[in-house]
Amino acid sequence: MSALTVNNLRKSFGGLHVTRNVTFEVAPGERRLIIGPNGAGKTTLFNLITGELTPDSGSIALFGEDITRVPSCRRPHLGMARTYQIITLFPHDTILHNVSLALLGLTPMRWNPLINMRRQRHLQEQAHEALRRVGLADIAERPLAQTSYGERRRVEIAMALAQNPRLLLLDEPFAGLSIDERQDVRQLLMTIPRDVTIVMIEHNMDVALEFAERITLLHFGEVIVEGTRAEVVADPRTREVYLGH
Amino acid sequence: MRRHQIALLAAAVALVTLPYWMSGVYYINVASQILFFAVFALGLNIIAGYGGLVSLGHAALFGISAYVVGYLLQHGFGHASAILGALLAGLAATAVYAALALRATGIGFIMITLALGEILWGLAYRWISVTNGDNGINLHGRPQPFGIDINSATAFYYATLIVFVAAVAAVAVFVRSPLGAALMGTRDQPRRMNALGYHVWAIRFWACMFSGLLTSVAGILFVYYTQFISPQTLALTSSAEVLLMVIAGGAGTLLGPIVGAGLVVVVKSVVSGFIERWNFLLGAIFVAIVILMPEGLVPGTVRLWRRAWQGKNGTSP
Repeated sequence: MSALTVNNLRKSFGGLHVTRNVTFEVAPGERRLIIGPNGAGKTTLFNLITGELTPDSGSIALFGEDITRVPSCRRPHLGMARTYQIITLFPHDTILHNVSLALLGLTPMRWNPLINMRRQRHLQEQAHEALRRVGLADIAERPLAQTSYGERRRVEIAMALAQNPRLLLLDEPFAGLSIDERQDVRQLLMTIPRDVTIVMIEHNMDVALEFAERITLLHFGEVIVEGTRAEVVADPRTREVYLGH
Repeated sequence: MRRHQIALLAAAVALVTLPYWMSGVYYINVASQILFFAVFALGLNIIAGYGGLVSLGHAALFGISAYVVGYLLQHGFGHASAILGALLAGLAATAVYAALALRATGIGFIMITLALGEILWGLAYRWISVTNGDNGINLHGRPQPFGIDINSATAFYYATLIVFVAAVAAVAVFVRSPLGAALMGTRDQPRRMNALGYHVWAIRFWACMFSGLLTSVAGILFVYYTQFISPQTLALTSSAEVLLMVIAGGAGTLLGPIVGAGLVVVVKSVVSGFIERWNFLLGAIFVAIVILMPEGLVPGTVRLWRRAWQGKNGTSP
């Protein structure tokens, strides 16, 4: 059984076909890289998988379960987590609060209007634990507005990991990072256990290529090449649409 | 922390002893008005401040509860059924209002709430068989909770104060709760909240219901205070006034709407006795707040206070 099965997925915005018959499977535990030039439809594909966009046709299955019609806010409860290309966090709150919100999202406690959130010891401990995993435990109480871009990127990843996902979707996790920060994030991603399947969109080839096991190349909304790292890199079509210039 | 507690204690003592140091029935009545308008503003602040959903139709929800009290009393019901009926009607109206308005956010939300408010104002004005049209509905006497007569200004002030304290406590608990945090999350990053597994629409809906409950409570206090309800209460100017309280005091803060209610009520009822064009004065104050403290009086004062404090101690760069 595949961790993620995308079958004949189509999406158009008016006359613009951004996803054309995309079909691929990701095996459990796999590290998959999705590449393609700007406008190839990579982020749209993520938005279709997470349900933020509704496909025109086709189906999506998570560990064998058809989730095409599952509302997007239910999908995290089924084990799907994502990060955004443009960092999307809660700027007025502390790092700890950001991660607490991620943890809270999957518990029924999120509907409780009566208890004091800061006094929920279990929640606070879990949030600290999630921050330890990404090396931010020391600055847990710092307001997000006073953190660096690289730290924010790690907060995003901490929030996704805090939800213990089975499938993790990373949208350009290295974008905008300095060389040092990139190494930090790369090492962080290496520590993620194999029971988490990872699909990553990335432009930064030197870091992403060594991370990926299989690569899917998108171009104008279509899957052009798919295969192992070596196969895709060697394929002349890859060079033509992506690496050749 | 200590300073907070002292300020809270001082405020509590001042409020409880107010009828003893405030001279005259008139000013005690003004204090009552501030308190129930503060409850109204706290209610609007739930969605406008913490939820980021600005409503320009809240006076309609306030007015519905007031009208239901008037209507039921007129038809021979007791005070208890009138109050209960008003709360239920207020909540039912809020549910419809939320279901329609939450199809949009931002400007769209403002326009839908504005339209709903105008529709209800129009109904109050034209559905004469129920609302008595422009003449409004008169009430005769106030309820006697637990056998206590609250017809005097002082007694009514204390009844209002108790409700006010309960409302402040309820909002304070809500804001610290997971649901309160989730509501603020949907204000700042609705897309991210959705991706974290939160049902953004449902969170906003329940926030509207809480807001509607406080608004209904305020409407009931209002109608028992004035003992009269007319379409004017539902007009757009009333909705704008309560929004002004929230924004002037500081949206998304606990204290802001209370301070804002104090400001608007004092200018409207006290200063208007000396200055005929009090609307002009209120407008000028609002412009000054927007220029000097765009975040509102309460957060703005805190900011200036901190800066002055740091300057004195030489820690400021």
